[in-house]
Amino acid sequence: MTKVLKGIAASDGIATAKAYMLVQPDLSFSKKTIEDADAEINRLAAAVEASKKELEVIKQKATENLGEEEAQVFEAHLTILSDPELFGQINDQIKNDLVNAETALKNVTDMFISMFEAMTDNAYMQERAGDIRDVTKRVMAHLLGVTIPNPALIDEEVIIVSHDLTPSDTAQLDRRYVKGFITDIGGRTSHSAIMSRTLEIPAVVGSGSATTDIAEGTTLILDGINGEALIDPTAEEVAEYQAKAKAFAEQKAEWKKLKNAASTTADGKQVILGANIGTPDDVQGANDNGAEAVGLFRSEFLYMNSDELPSEEEQFQAYKAAVEGMNGKQVVVRTMDIGGDKELPYLPLPAEQNPFLGYRAIRISLDRQDIFRTQLRALLRASHYGKLAIMFPMIATVQEFKQAKAIFEEEKAKLVADGVPVSDNIEVGMMMEIPAAAMIADKLAKYVDFFSIGTNDLIGYSMAADRGNERVSYLYQPYNPSILRMIKNTIEASHAEGKWTGMCGEMAGDQVAVPVLLGLGLDEFSMSATSILKTRSLLKKLDSAKMQELADKAVNECETSDEVVALVEEYTK
Amino acid sequence: MEKKEFHVIAETGIHARPATLLVQAASGFNSDINLTYNGKSVNLKSIMGVMSLGVGQNADVEITAEGDDEAEAIAAITETMTKEGLAE
Repeated sequence: MTKVLKGIAASDGIATAKAYMLVQPDLSFSKKTIEDADAEINRLAAAVEASKKELEVIKQKATENLGEEEAQVFEAHLTILSDPELFGQINDQIKNDLVNAETALKNVTDMFISMFEAMTDNAYMQERAGDIRDVTKRVMAHLLGVTIPNPALIDEEVIIVSHDLTPSDTAQLDRRYVKGFITDIGGRTSHSAIMSRTLEIPAVVGSGSATTDIAEGTTLILDGINGEALIDPTAEEVAEYQAKAKAFAEQKAEWKKLKNAASTTADGKQVILGANIGTPDDVQGANDNGAEAVGLFRSEFLYMNSDELPSEEEQFQAYKAAVEGMNGKQVVVRTMDIGGDKELPYLPLPAEQNPFLGYRAIRISLDRQDIFRTQLRALLRASHYGKLAIMFPMIATVQEFKQAKAIFEEEKAKLVADGVPVSDNIEVGMMMEIPAAAMIADKLAKYVDFFSIGTNDLIGYSMAADRGNERVSYLYQPYNPSILRMIKNTIEASHAEGKWTGMCGEMAGDQVAVPVLLGLGLDEFSMSATSILKTRSLLKKLDSAKMQELADKAVNECETSDEVVALVEEYTK
Repeated sequence: MEKKEFHVIAETGIHARPATLLVQAASGFNSDINLTYNGKSVNLKSIMGVMSLGVGQNADVEITAEGDDEAEAIAAITETMTKEGLAE
């Protein structure tokens, strides 16, 4: 019988394909004494050869799909597999101690790993420890006769089943074959969910038990619209969902017609619908989905996909590519937002008890001005090639914004003095994501050119609840009147000073929130590119005066999030 | 035995990618090839060995090769060093 697994709908769409288990195998083994050392050494050599062959294929696939740069890590792995010192020591241990290859491999690689990890002043070396660990796992799997899943090697249509998907997992996924994914953990705003919307593939996250309930190769129907998966469906169900998938594709085609349409309400009020992007490559998706701006360009990828701090030139090229790609439409770049849950191997930050209340984002930038100034110079230089705006993350006080803005002005003056072309029209704003800042939005509005509300953090900090913590995630309530009041305060404060307010959190593309946000006077809605056309279609059905009435009631009369949801339903019927 | 000294100019020293390239260059030869830095000597065909030295910018290192193709080996390694802007 078909089993239905419920989860959180993370990305629209319906797919039917075989399950691909992206689950790490059990690599445990027991220490054994052996008699024939030569046979054991040969067994190890065979495992190494098999690992090399596998890595060659992965390297080639990675080069094709991701480019030379990304494939280099596999080249490093291959070099480790050919290391005469490393394998010399392992073979010696097999010969001298008469232990099985698994034991010798583990002992020797552990020694190297701890040696590299001990070099705490050298982040490169610490990272190499990770390479040795990866290579060891691969050889160990071959010794034990188990398979390590290699998503890069997938060459048929599949649905990925995994506990969670990390950025490096998703980077290896081939869009031609991966039709969707389902995970055990995560929510609508977790990395895996955001990634699925960028890739435009259906996804269900937070299912709780996908990796235990599903077996490799089982047929799955993944319904990313309703957040469920059908395990081993009947022929009728497959047909039924094929029809649903077709209807969804037709609706999508209908939305596509709005690609070049203006984002106007039924009564002609115009707003801007923008896209959130993570790399310059995402600009294409933004344009394909009719984005009128990039409301958030996260600059973290430059810092995270690297072994060292990105140079001014490297950053300049990335920002330039993004503004040129958007062809005169505004691109709002958020300066480095590292810290919290994002760590950099080459910029070790002391462990903190409360990383989300700690040293992160603009707090690092104002402290490590060398890093901040490099980024600002790259941004300033790129401003010449299109319409670029800059915003600072995690601003809590007026002083912080003034200080960041002053550094920006200093770098601008230096570049101008050097004769470097810089745009005269760069808007400089801030993320509104700390409740304290939202309370003094009227003061901040005097200094900024715009606000961009980051709802994920604003809600988290306001409710004092971590959305990733299942026990308290019920407090993550975007529609709660408390949150709506802060949003209203921010928008009104900006308008009083003739400035504008955007929103770049997931809430901006939320179909329940959009009518309220429109009523509150939000000027720019920035979301996952794939939500833009759906939202534009929704706007066309809304009357702005009526939505203003809705927003007033939601803010002033509703007591709970549920009441707001009911009110929205009533007003948008 | 062939011998040559280098002064490392690369900002990041001999790490990760450059180390991989040097090891690959050395691995193509029969000769025993060693890298000496700070009194420690390692097999240049071993990525672990090379990286464990932690050779940084401005380091002075010595490379020796001994075997039937020692001259060619030193020439190839020199070429990698200069081509990659690692050392002079």
